[in-house]
Amino acid sequence: MTTLQESAPSKPLRQPVFGIGTIAVVAGLIAAFAVPVLADDYWLSSIIIPMVIMGLAGIGLNLLMGYTGLVSIGSAAFMSIGAFSTYNLLLRAPFLPLPVVLILAGLIAAIAGVIFGLPALRIKGFYLSASTLGAQFFFEWLFTNFSWFSNDSQSLTISAPRLQILDYDLQSATGRYYLVIATTALLIALAFAIVKSRVGREWMAIRDMDVAASVIGIRVAHRKLLSFGISSFFLGIAGALWAFGYLGTADAHAFNLDKSFQILFIVIIGGVATIFGNFLGAAFIVLTPILLDRLSLVIDLSFLGDQGALANLQHIIFGTIIIVLLIKEPDGLSSLIKRGVAALRPQARSSG
Amino acid sequence: MTNLLDLHDVSLSFKGVRALNALSFSVAKGEICALIGPNGAGKSSLLNVINGVYRADAGDIVFDGLRFEAIHPQKAARLGIGRTFQHNALFRRLTVRENVLVGLSRHGTASFFENIFRLGRDGAERHGFVARAERTMSFLGLARHAESIVSTLPYGLQKRVDLARALVSGPKLLLLDEPMAGMNQEEKEEMSRVIREVNRVFGSTVVLIEHDVGIVLNLASHVVVLDYGRKLADGAPDAVRKNPDVIAAYLGTIH
Repeated sequence: MTTLQESAPSKPLRQPVFGIGTIAVVAGLIAAFAVPVLADDYWLSSIIIPMVIMGLAGIGLNLLMGYTGLVSIGSAAFMSIGAFSTYNLLLRAPFLPLPVVLILAGLIAAIAGVIFGLPALRIKGFYLSASTLGAQFFFEWLFTNFSWFSNDSQSLTISAPRLQILDYDLQSATGRYYLVIATTALLIALAFAIVKSRVGREWMAIRDMDVAASVIGIRVAHRKLLSFGISSFFLGIAGALWAFGYLGTADAHAFNLDKSFQILFIVIIGGVATIFGNFLGAAFIVLTPILLDRLSLVIDLSFLGDQGALANLQHIIFGTIIIVLLIKEPDGLSSLIKRGVAALRPQARSSG
Repeated sequence: MTNLLDLHDVSLSFKGVRALNALSFSVAKGEICALIGPNGAGKSSLLNVINGVYRADAGDIVFDGLRFEAIHPQKAARLGIGRTFQHNALFRRLTVRENVLVGLSRHGTASFFENIFRLGRDGAERHGFVARAERTMSFLGLARHAESIVSTLPYGLQKRVDLARALVSGPKLLLLDEPMAGMNQEEKEEMSRVIREVNRVFGSTVVLIEHDVGIVLNLASHVVVLDYGRKLADGAPDAVRKNPDVIAAYLGTIH
């Protein structure tokens, strides 16, 4: 290798210290922390907080599905593990600070993810998705049939014993928002670090051509299980935030198959193998039903039928929008926005 | 000369169809060995057995002093067996640079934790990988295309990326499955020159499959002719060219 006559032009690999990326990150953080000033409690509690958490869950599934090419329809199961672990850790180990509890809950979900990822070493595609469905049903059953997990509460529900960091109470809408947004910001940074590392590159290699990845010497089995673990770590923390940062009180059915499908839609609508795209997908999933709701208040549709029929009509419209979107923009909203930005920059070079 | 690769009575069948029939031959260290034979002669199957994609029914293989009957593809890669594919098996949504970087996976020393958090051994690994990838890309004339997504490149360049991905890890043995398929005469000559350079500069022993007998007889120092999973001839290009069995079965019908 060292005897090559031609030496490669060594390009600087690092961006300048204050690149566009850095400025965007700083602006994004400032905007994120300013949100409670502009939004009232309703917007924070009912729209922004669930949107951010679902986007975070989308990142979790996207690491597995978009980057490693392993489809799962059991995402909500790992969210429930995170939620129930957080509840039990806060209850049974009260000396642990909240950030430590969230990390531990994520790690517990990660272990479960690795175990339920084992079938991925043998099967692919639809068969694998069917086996992730097993996780979905197993954990819903576990948390409804063994009341130890909900501290023997009659209703089998869990509610946050305390939500505080260093005596700072996080129970208010603003407090919960800061908990959610700070956790999410850190996990976004982690997600970027992962996909830009050797691990992320090897995941994408496995996704694109797994035989070639193996022939090259990538430890395919290890990387697939790692992907299940890391994906479930994100989902577990998202689940804890969903239960205590958004719902306040939750039971196992808050993490049912419906939720798993919502996360799947977020990934597909937002854009496969993207990080920020998940938040576009989450915004779509959370906002569209609300918009349709408002619309039905403005336009009188009572001639179409009673309330129940109208609710079904909303579902039909929602589904139609998803179908149209996926036909027009199969790479998701993030690629729509990318092309929009490129179109606004007339001199921009098309990326190869 | 010592042998880098020895095959002893290797057999392989698919649902009763014999792909390889008690095949034995040796590849000397440092040579360019060509496998020729009509379609279905078992050439690609043979490469797949050598690097563990297929498992032989019988026989054994000695590579670099290590004897095995079957090997896992990842183990083969770790031992230093590199491989390109007949039908491009590139990571199509990654850039050229990323494809080449992934080719270095077998040299990875850092744990996933170090990789993700850029700790410990990650820094040295990252810099080492990038330097090796850049050298290999400029060696194969790919430096200009480093940032291009592989699936957007023309076929000939993709073939080169495939070669770069296998070459970058410094394999002892390089298995090339039809590296010149679909190329015109000029491109084939160019690819021949590149393969000769690879063999000379990187010191990799090369086993390649190619249909163009004219090109093969010029490039290879050792030719093995296969027909229906059996070895028809084995030797220096000139000897093989004059072998009556080969003329009857193969060469005569094409040129």
